[in-house]
Amino acid sequence: MTQTENIIIESGDAVQPFSYSVGMHGSKFFTELRDNRRFMAVKCPKCKKVYIPPRGVCGECFVEMKDWVEVGPQGVIGTFTILRFAFIDPETGAQKPVPYGYGFIKFDGADTLFQHYISVEDETKIKIGARVEPVFSKDRKGTIRDIEYFKVID
Amino acid sequence: MDRAAIIGVGTTKIEKSKVGETFADMAWEAVNKALSDAGMTIDDIDNVVTTSSDFWDGRTISCMAVGDASGAAHKNVSCVEGDGTYGAFYGMTRSLSGSYKTTLVTGHSKGSQSVSSLITNSSFDPIYERALGMDMVTACAMQARSYMHRTKTTPEQLAGVSVKNHGNALKNPLAQLPMKITIKDVLESEMIADPLHKLDCSPVSDGCAAVIIAHESVAANFKQKPVWIKGVSFCADSFFFGDRDLSRAKALTEAAKKAYEMAGIKDPKKEIDVVELYDAFTYQELMWLEEMGLADDAMAGKLLEKGEFNMDGRLPVNASGGLLSGHPVIAAGLYSMAAVVRQIRGDAGGFQVKKAKTGLVHGVNGLGGQSHCVFILDKDK
Ligand SMILES: [Zn+2]
Repeated sequence: MTQTENIIIESGDAVQPFSYSVGMHGSKFFTELRDNRRFMAVKCPKCKKVYIPPRGVCGECFVEMKDWVEVGPQGVIGTFTILRFAFIDPETGAQKPVPYGYGFIKFDGADTLFQHYISVEDETKIKIGARVEPVFSKDRKGTIRDIEYFKVID
Repeated sequence: MDRAAIIGVGTTKIEKSKVGETFADMAWEAVNKALSDAGMTIDDIDNVVTTSSDFWDGRTISCMAVGDASGAAHKNVSCVEGDGTYGAFYGMTRSLSGSYKTTLVTGHSKGSQSVSSLITNSSFDPIYERALGMDMVTACAMQARSYMHRTKTTPEQLAGVSVKNHGNALKNPLAQLPMKITIKDVLESEMIADPLHKLDCSPVSDGCAAVIIAHESVAANFKQKPVWIKGVSFCADSFFFGDRDLSRAKALTEAAKKAYEMAGIKDPKKEIDVVELYDAFTYQELMWLEEMGLADDAMAGKLLEKGEFNMDGRLPVNASGGLLSGHPVIAAGLYSMAAVVRQIRGDAGGFQVKKAKTGLVHGVNGLGGQSHCVFILDKDK
């Protein structure tokens, strides 16, 4: 008997469009980011922890959060990586140009870390604890991409 | 409390691409291996738990596709989406429920059929995180940096994990990447995401694993000597990565503590003989060992260099080769469980360790250890 060929069926270019509700917390966050270039966080009334991105519930305390506080726009690098392998951009399907920096930013006044790109113009300056500030997009649409990246200002 | 035991295990060879097999084909092989290992037929199985992920499988209700091949026809079949250890936890509770005596638990995935980074990207928050391209490797690279910064663990020590585990895999015929490599090889392999080199990362893999969990009243009725579940716990950390101290894994510390307590273990460093843990990336083996209290804080790298975690060391870790040598996502935890069961039964073949009375199995759900599951298995009831 001859060997049977292993057949594969491709999914093709089909996509599953989806509309994500960002909720009242996300809506305020993105509106402030787009219109005023401000970073809005929420504070837990019980443990006083300041959360960014903002969300409705403090998981540690299981209480609702409604107290808004402005944080940043400066902060420090909490941790980071420099991507050197060309991953596929989930938004466009194209390969991302490398290298690029990705990090967690601890905004002044916040207790949690906020993730975004970090400019890698001078790699020697990218360190845990380095001070950074955001560079905003000119054409802001109310998405996470309204920030282009963070850059080291030390 | 009633007790449960693992009385059969079956695993397919882990491969880069099982292009000739469907999910059901893989399940058929693993399930029949487990039944044969246990000396059971499908009629001896009371109920079935399958473990899979819809995103990885490229369809919804992915568990149902393996039902027939897992012997679920006319039986109560239920599903877990997560690591295999979580499927085993659920399987155990079913065997202890009073409604069933024996549970067949399977876990499968084929990393070869999708683009891994897009699948892991989809597990992040779609509002704040996903659009930036955050994925498993990016997240874990940042966690690695955070852990290394706090503990002063070196890239050479990370590389040592890769050398050890790929070397161990030379003794495991079911491993995907048995390799004799040096620390230099790891450090000179392509930098993927600083500080992780290609050989710091586990490969994309296909595979299926199955275990059979029985209530104590029937555990001795079949061929194998039962391996007893003495302790088990799982614990989850925050959903948002940025809420966590990425250099630590408090959920794991909590899960391990509860599992030790349940098993009556007072000094885990002395009482645990063998460990199979989730080493999707080199740094994780060291970090998890510390967080489980199996190495002193910030010391795992140094202990590794001394050979303590080698197959013939004080505490053999990932003697099977671990996930670095083959990483079928989801099935991973069941592969680790099967390896420890074989160690305790004394039939691990080439990767058998000298003393294996009490073993620890560790599985992870979510990226960078968002949730951890710890099992303590023992030769004695
Ligand atoms: Zn709180």
